[in-house]
Amino acid sequence: MTDITAKAVSTRRAVSLSEGWFAWALIAPAMLFIGVIVAWPLAETVRLSFTDARLGGENWVGFKNYQDLWASARFFDTIGRTFFWMALSVSLKLVFGLIGATLLNAAVPGRGLFRVLVMPPWVIPVAIGCIGWLWLYNGYFGLLSGVAQRVGLTDGPYEFLAYRTSAFYSAIVTDVWVGTPMVTLFFLAAMQGVSRELYEAAWVDGANRWYRFRRITIPQIMPVIVSMALLSAIWTFNSFEIIWILTEGGPRGATTTLIVDTYKVAISSQRFGEGAARAVVIVMLLAVFSLIYLFFLNKVNKIYGVK
Amino acid sequence: MMDRYTWPQTIGIYACILVFLTFILLPFFEMFMASLRPLEHLFRAPYQFWSDDFSFGAYSRMWDTVPLLGRYIFNSVFIATAVTAITMVFVVPAAYAYARLDFPFKNASLAIFLGVNMFTGAVLLIPLYRVLRSLGLLNTYWAMIVPGVAFLIPTGIWLLRSYLEKIPRELEEAAYVDGATRMYTLRRVVLPLAVPGLIVVGSSVFIGAYAQQFLFAITFNQTRAYQPLPAGLFEFIGYQSVTWNEMMAAALTGVLPVMLIFLFLQKYLVAGLTAGAIKE
Repeated sequence: MTDITAKAVSTRRAVSLSEGWFAWALIAPAMLFIGVIVAWPLAETVRLSFTDARLGGENWVGFKNYQDLWASARFFDTIGRTFFWMALSVSLKLVFGLIGATLLNAAVPGRGLFRVLVMPPWVIPVAIGCIGWLWLYNGYFGLLSGVAQRVGLTDGPYEFLAYRTSAFYSAIVTDVWVGTPMVTLFFLAAMQGVSRELYEAAWVDGANRWYRFRRITIPQIMPVIVSMALLSAIWTFNSFEIIWILTEGGPRGATTTLIVDTYKVAISSQRFGEGAARAVVIVMLLAVFSLIYLFFLNKVNKIYGVK
Repeated sequence: MMDRYTWPQTIGIYACILVFLTFILLPFFEMFMASLRPLEHLFRAPYQFWSDDFSFGAYSRMWDTVPLLGRYIFNSVFIATAVTAITMVFVVPAAYAYARLDFPFKNASLAIFLGVNMFTGAVLLIPLYRVLRSLGLLNTYWAMIVPGVAFLIPTGIWLLRSYLEKIPRELEEAAYVDGATRMYTLRRVVLPLAVPGLIVVGSSVFIGAYAQQFLFAITFNQTRAYQPLPAGLFEFIGYQSVTWNEMMAAALTGVLPVMLIFLFLQKYLVAGLTAGAIKE
């Protein structure tokens, strides 16, 4: 047995010279494809952001697009709104995900079924789910307004998507709805990976459930919580379809996040140059945010002893 | 013993699960109810939960109201299938390399792949639009397939890599010892063992491809006959007189293919997706 393993190892070593080439040959097609469809357009976006490109043609305008953005109070409003949107939505997703995973992890009959029932918002296309929400938010015929009237919360029909504040929070609820299943699923998987012995030891020592949750579950799944937070932050920041279908960024810009603003400028009004500048700002904001976050993640991982 | 709950606790847990699932399933319930209501009832105020004139009529009338509905569903399935097939062709070799081989810039190149997840198509739409236009792909199926593949490759590599890492090395090493080439080992030893993983990753990619069509479709495709379901239905929302009950029926019918795939494979899908979240 050891003989064969030793032989295998030596065989592997003998061909290791070509291993790098072989590996790169395997990766090259995917890398090339990503290069053409993602990397090159990204470079092109940067270039376009220095031009006044429209459908007709383009001229080099230097930093003008960026200066315009810098001078625009509305753009800074949009940035602020986007980060608020991200912070609130991600926090809710994490809290709901944690609650949901804890519930689905409880040893009660039927949990297998419940785990399946949590997933549909993730399975179906976001756009289809949004059509359902569109109807739920309808003031005259939707269930939410209908129930509110029946219970006496509102006197008449309430159009959730017609007012600035309610439209914003309605969009958040839908975004949380879309994102929660995935977060729940990952937290649940992490919870199931926590060694039972830890719980048993604590239980023998008389620790109650809440204590075990705080002092065992949370620390043990902390790395997953932290990385899911980053992933959902990026997804939420980039979330486009939900807002576009529910409100198209309205009413009066109340739900216009950076990504929606970029789409409106670049695609709807076909002002490519100005749109590209916005896209570059998005990429830079996300990159800076992720770097800061990863720095923080490293510290957390050290605290919790993950390599 | 440790897992035993008292009666009030059990009831509390079920009550909380009920609230949680209500939030998750509410839109589906609402869509289904709306699809059953006759149109004149749908626009009746004040709101009524229940009525005796529910019918499945919308499910047969929708094919006339949305004449291309069948086509939209077909397009969605077709685009998602094509995206999945092409994505897997790129993903399988790359995932194998990351799972098994040591090579220069391994971590750096993996980071580049995963970095793609940071962008949505929305950031790259402008130049993508131009790339696709210059390739003559606008308003074709390819306009939706090509960007779809690019944004699913990273996830595919990530998922399949963690699966391949679990296949024991010994079999491959035995094949080397017997003088098999690397390519032969990959094709004849690794791939057959990886079939369950391929199915899981393939279905995840399919679900992703089914879900992401909207943005690329409304931006890169104006040809109605090629439109996938979400974009096709979205077009109808803008109309003055939307037959909402039929819209809802059509939307629910359109998600059936992907729901069926999910229901059949849910156990494996969930395990495959979360493989990276669990410590070995």
